[in-house]
Amino acid sequence: MRDINIIETPAAELVFSPSGCGAMLVESCQSVFSPSVQRKFFSLARALEADQQISELVLGVNNLLVMFDPLVSSPSAIEQLIQSLWLYPDALPSTPRVMEIPVSYGGEAGEDLSMLAEHAGFSIDQWIECHSNATYEVACVGSMPGFAYLTGLPAELAKPRRASPRAQLAKGTVIIGGAQAGVMPCTAPSGWHAIGRTDVDLFDIQRQQPCLLLPGDQVRFLVREVAS
Amino acid sequence: MIEVLSGGALNLVQDLGRSGCMAMGVSRSGAMDAPALMIANWLVGNQENAAGLEVNIFPFRFKAERELLVSCTGAHCPLSVDGYPVPSWTCLEIRPGQQVVVERPRLGVRAYLAFSGGVDAPVQLGSRATDLKAGFGGHEGRGLNRGDRLQLLPPSLTLTGRAILPIERVQLAEAMRCQQVTVRAIAAAQADDFSSTSLDAFYSTPYEVTPQSNRVGYRLQGQSLQTLRPIELLSHGIAPGTVQVPPAGQPIVQLAEANTCGGYPKIATVLDCDLWRLAQAGVGCSIHFKPVTVAEGIEALAQHRAALANIQRYLGVSPTA
Repeated sequence: MRDINIIETPAAELVFSPSGCGAMLVESCQSVFSPSVQRKFFSLARALEADQQISELVLGVNNLLVMFDPLVSSPSAIEQLIQSLWLYPDALPSTPRVMEIPVSYGGEAGEDLSMLAEHAGFSIDQWIECHSNATYEVACVGSMPGFAYLTGLPAELAKPRRASPRAQLAKGTVIIGGAQAGVMPCTAPSGWHAIGRTDVDLFDIQRQQPCLLLPGDQVRFLVREVAS
Repeated sequence: MIEVLSGGALNLVQDLGRSGCMAMGVSRSGAMDAPALMIANWLVGNQENAAGLEVNIFPFRFKAERELLVSCTGAHCPLSVDGYPVPSWTCLEIRPGQQVVVERPRLGVRAYLAFSGGVDAPVQLGSRATDLKAGFGGHEGRGLNRGDRLQLLPPSLTLTGRAILPIERVQLAEAMRCQQVTVRAIAAAQADDFSSTSLDAFYSTPYEVTPQSNRVGYRLQGQSLQTLRPIELLSHGIAPGTVQVPPAGQPIVQLAEANTCGGYPKIATVLDCDLWRLAQAGVGCSIHFKPVTVAEGIEALAQHRAALANIQRYLGVSPTA
């Protein structure tokens, strides 16, 4: 078990830029992804969730979009609020949830698997073993309803996105793109590579919390079967 | 109840959209021309957020199955009841069995229909708006087909019986006759990373609406916009109105059904209170971006809300509690 101690994180400075008059993008000044900065953004987002002045919060990768009514709260007041919360962050739960996603690797739904294995210099079984042995973390949720950007893909498996996106990738397709992993929550265009499929529903409007995966969750992919 | 008599998978049940759901990756959705839907609702005695129809495909026909009040706003469309022309931007009394037809717009792109009581679609994540991407909300999470029957909620008893054509609509109609629409925009995070030639071009030359423009976003075509050096950004949240510039150099304005996160450089953000103008600009229309400061944007929003509050008072609807 891993203890997340955000207090030790050096206080990275924040950059604010307006996104219209009722929204601002809050970014860390570093341009390289840092997991510890991401945890600070988790806790900033949690602290802002409860604030009546905030209408929307969109957590990104080392950044946070904050929306508010500028006729109720001035942009400078929102900026001050964020600065103060950034300096004194809440502690996050030290034991994240671990979510398991059973995958049928390969087959029609995972048509890029053999190409990816070849790219990595692995056999298909080695590639699958490497992918399913790793522990991933949800950096943020967005783009599509319930889509979780997962960090933690072993570097050997990374491959830049397709030069041109597929017009449609089916709901449930398990994918990787660059150094990130994910699962399609709905059928949509995507430039990521398809490695298999899962029956797990990432977004279900009937659930009280429609999103299965939330920022900070840990994720493991389980080998349910390997299609020939 | 009403029965839809024409096809058109882009005719949608919409209200003012979802709030507070972007954290789940769920877009705002809702009416692209929000003030038009608000006024349509007030005209038939509804609260502004009642669900109506956004008509994107014409002609649109429906039949009333009970007595009801109907109003049509937004784009300037010829409107008829049982073949007889009737005015838009007013409250019409429709009898059971009567057919209403909304013809192709003379000016503008999207028409809004409000019905007394409002469309009784299930409230999902706080709204009745259709989310086409995830396939929920509205009528079965999809656009309307011929033969669909929409239930209406019980009407309120206030009958306004008034008509209105807001001055902003007249001004926009004049601009659209010349295929020119101006929207105000605030500099966004990467504005300073663009060359000064590009920034000049963005604010002083027209950008034409291309056919690849829809409720997700408007792809525009004009002078190419280039950053001084290639920019790699980490994925971040994007607000509706954000003007992204992919490496090809042609701007895209993100709108109601935009992805909640993106990664392209952002040159500007169109004021929320100007998005309705964009929503009515059709393919081939020239968009002009006018630079404003955050303070000017807030002042514009205050004026926009005050103008709508005046219309609401004039139409005799009590403000939402």
